[in-house]
Amino acid sequence: MPRVSYTAPATVDEAVKALAGAAGLAKVLSGGTDLLVQLKSGRLAPELIVDMKRIPEMIGIREEGEFFVIGAATPGVMLSAHERLEHAFPGIVEGVDLIGSTQIQGRASIAGNLCNASPAADSVPPVIAARATAVIAGPNGRREVAVEAIVIGPGRTSLAKGEFVVEFKVPKPKPRQCDAYLRFIPRTEMDIAVVGCAVNVTLDAGGTCIDARVVLGAVAPTQLIVDEAAQALIGHKLDADTLAKLDLAAQRACKPITDKRGTIEYRIKIAGVLARRAAAIAFERAAARA
Amino acid sequence: MSFLDKAALKIVGTRPIRPDGVDKVTGRANFGADMVMPGMLWGRIKRSPHAHARILGIKFEKALALPGVKAVTCGADFPEVTPERAHVGAAPANLRDLSRNVIARGKVLYEGHAVAAVAATSQAIAEQALDLIEVEYEVLPHVMDIEAAMADGAPLLHDDIFTAGVEPKPTKPSNVSKVVRFAIGDVEAGFREADIVIERRYTTKPVHQGYIEPHACLVSVAADGQCTIFSSSQGQFMVRAYTSRIVGADIADIRAIPAEIGGGFGGKTIVYLEPLAYMLSKKSGRPVKMVMSREEVFRATGPAPGAIVEVKLGAKKDGHITAAQSILKYQAGAFQGSPVQQGCICGLAVYDFPNALTIGYDVLCNRPKVAAYRAPGAPIGSFGVESCMDELADALNIEPLKLREINGAKDGTKATHGVTWVNIGYQKTLEAARASEHLKAPLGPNQGRGIASGYWHNAGGESSAACHVNEDGTITVTEGHPDIGGSRASMAMMVAEVLGVPFENVRPVVGDTTSIGFSASTGGSRVTFAGGMAVTQAAQKVVEVLKQRAAVIWDISPDAVEWKDGKAYPAGPNAGAFEPLDLATIGNRAARTGGPISAEVQINAQGQGPGFATHICDVEVDRETGFVKILRYTAIQDVGRAIHPSYVEGQMQGGVTQGIGWALNEEYIYDKDGCLENPGFLDYRIPVASDMPMIDTIMVEVPNPRHPFGARGVGEVPLVPPMAAVANAIFAATGLRLRDLPMSPPKIRAAVDAEEPPRLAAE
Repeated sequence: MPRVSYTAPATVDEAVKALAGAAGLAKVLSGGTDLLVQLKSGRLAPELIVDMKRIPEMIGIREEGEFFVIGAATPGVMLSAHERLEHAFPGIVEGVDLIGSTQIQGRASIAGNLCNASPAADSVPPVIAARATAVIAGPNGRREVAVEAIVIGPGRTSLAKGEFVVEFKVPKPKPRQCDAYLRFIPRTEMDIAVVGCAVNVTLDAGGTCIDARVVLGAVAPTQLIVDEAAQALIGHKLDADTLAKLDLAAQRACKPITDKRGTIEYRIKIAGVLARRAAAIAFERAAARA
Repeated sequence: MSFLDKAALKIVGTRPIRPDGVDKVTGRANFGADMVMPGMLWGRIKRSPHAHARILGIKFEKALALPGVKAVTCGADFPEVTPERAHVGAAPANLRDLSRNVIARGKVLYEGHAVAAVAATSQAIAEQALDLIEVEYEVLPHVMDIEAAMADGAPLLHDDIFTAGVEPKPTKPSNVSKVVRFAIGDVEAGFREADIVIERRYTTKPVHQGYIEPHACLVSVAADGQCTIFSSSQGQFMVRAYTSRIVGADIADIRAIPAEIGGGFGGKTIVYLEPLAYMLSKKSGRPVKMVMSREEVFRATGPAPGAIVEVKLGAKKDGHITAAQSILKYQAGAFQGSPVQQGCICGLAVYDFPNALTIGYDVLCNRPKVAAYRAPGAPIGSFGVESCMDELADALNIEPLKLREINGAKDGTKATHGVTWVNIGYQKTLEAARASEHLKAPLGPNQGRGIASGYWHNAGGESSAACHVNEDGTITVTEGHPDIGGSRASMAMMVAEVLGVPFENVRPVVGDTTSIGFSASTGGSRVTFAGGMAVTQAAQKVVEVLKQRAAVIWDISPDAVEWKDGKAYPAGPNAGAFEPLDLATIGNRAARTGGPISAEVQINAQGQGPGFATHICDVEVDRETGFVKILRYTAIQDVGRAIHPSYVEGQMQGGVTQGIGWALNEEYIYDKDGCLENPGFLDYRIPVASDMPMIDTIMVEVPNPRHPFGARGVGEVPLVPPMAAVANAIFAATGLRLRDLPMSPPKIRAAVDAEEPPRLAAE
């Protein structure tokens, strides 16, 4: 009979040891809302499951100087309920709030959403757009990388054996900086993004964009940071010409596939639409902070 | 005795809490998967990975060697169902085909077709054993779609199917199992008379019934062949008969106990698991439980067919339609018998067409055999006809509702299938639509309003009911129909009304096959009609007995006793001066007045009233994403008499919800090998709660005089109009005509782009 071991360490070090010591496949559980489905369907047959929910350091949100620090296994509902985070990064909270259902968000975490390495993960584009970093623990100690460096393809991450994300560091927004995340699904909830788009912009006092990041989801093997789309915004107000350039830049960046959730042609068109709409929301929010 | 006078009713028409409600909301109700027995094994099914293949061999040695495996079975264990034994009673299923659907013989005909089954001491062992069953296949070319299956040289599913209904009788086998045809008047002459003729082609995709409860059963076969089946179905008598014929047992040796049913919508009017569990139990000597996964439900059960519907309408400038023609081609799946005939009939039945012709083709393909789904066949034909009516209205520049008012069927209209309507309420649904507040409500930008109508026959047929007066005067009513839509409540209400007792005093029970007489399945919107007629007659018989018992107590003639408000009264001053006797008193004295007080009736109910509906739908279309939001929806229906109005409204709302899913997003996605890519509710997109507005209902009551309370079936016609109502609303909102279901966001966006090409990155 196939057997799986389960451990719930109390510290990061114990978790590192457990993961590094596993002979076969070891999986991190930081919510389990993807992992359990994969186990049940037979897609994954790990030898060991390491539950991160019992490690105090990995749950919760704190402010350290110029950063929000988010424990990797913090359930989505805690992010949504955090007023200061929600005020600073409404786009991140929008992404988290779209994962599954309320019940799912009681378990699901950003780290789980990220390390499941689905191109369609809803919380990932706004976290990347915020230029967040991830602190990774492993047998060789800790390291810190940009969040976009972690996913390298569908179901694949750059994490080495025994490594896992401990926390995310999100730089607090500058004045007149704000974000927005939109995804498209054929229903109104309980679905997987056909396309997702996060836009994070900083405006000057006159409403001109001075910094921007545009991140697309579900249109390539990984989340895409679309520099050309950001350049279309920087130095401009959100007029029709800027929106049209943003739309085209977003479309050009797409490298989607056709699958049961959408066609190449449709995904490309929708990426442009969502980029425009998310930018409009982000600009409005940023301007309101003036 | 008639109860057609609504003003005189005390209970029928009110909204009491359903008798099965507490069990269901607290989780105590036992559904198909809830039952356990001592020593029970778990059964699992080995299914075909191929859409079409010859089975060259099945080896069980390795599976049987696994500790915990107690029995295996495959097609070779099952008796051949000869054509003479292919039908049982008046049941519609072809059991020869059903047997081969339950377990493949010789060939597998769709991905997911059951090839073998295993029973083991745990679910995990059974699952593991599946991988150890070795099946050798010769993969054959497969065919999934209608036109490909009809083409010359298409891969043939069966070499013994010769198209029925064509002359001369074909000499070559075909994937077209039959052609049906109905006509009235002279359709060619009708088109010549027309000022305008439009001809359009519409397509629909197969859709699953989407019941939340997967198929499940627990079967125990004793050494002497006595068998008990506990399972979730739309008919315990159906389960008994079908299983008996497929496994080769006598009907009397099988007792089928109905579980609570977590949705059926027609998809549980046949068996999938029970014969396999029977054979595994017989071979192992232990009870065997089988529960499908959702994936199995999608791969091997249902669906409703995908179809091509070609409609041609001709009309005078004033809107009078002179001729109508529809050509329907339905996927039957792996075995013959799509509901194409009902699609032909029902699509045209709403209107008074002087000249009409409809032809239907039943087409085999390498998909699961279609199963009944709520008004089987009708929603598909009606999507074509009701969309085309809208296109005709647009071409004539006549309001779509007006076009229906001009051409709608009335009492005395002869339908294309030969029936002359009596006591129908179609025009009343149009009047209610015309008068509705919804029709007058303003619309905003990118919003549009669509209207569509629909018809379903409804059914009568065989039903049994028993009514027992208990010692304390409470009432037990036993019926033979699984309760899928609140029918226990309706049955108890009709009995309470007849007896003149409070609703709470009547306890309705769905009996097993040994505790009540034969009853046909819950389907065809027949239970409140036929079952209701049976319980009413049983209650009326009990009233006669109660009057006799009062007469014995008072020592007067039964004719001198009157039953009123739950009590026996002397019929007049001449009968004598007695205090009235209530049910508790008479029930308590039963032993001294003649023994138990009960009545059982068996009927073959005739005279079901046809069901007509008209729906109004408002949508808002996001032209950039193609997303369609349902803003407002009103379902108007002639319900005869609403016995329990809440459950009638629930039927209407449920049908609309399923129709909106069918219209917007539901579809099976197959890969090039004919394997299903979306066997789950994540990617097979039925609507979620937040997709739906509150669905308003308007119940029009044109009582059916053939039913004691005037009831007509209400459960199926609500699924007939929605797809066209949504399509017509999208047209009104955008000017875009969507003729292919589902009208999913990519299709809408493509239609927008076809009209006004966008700037694309590729440029």
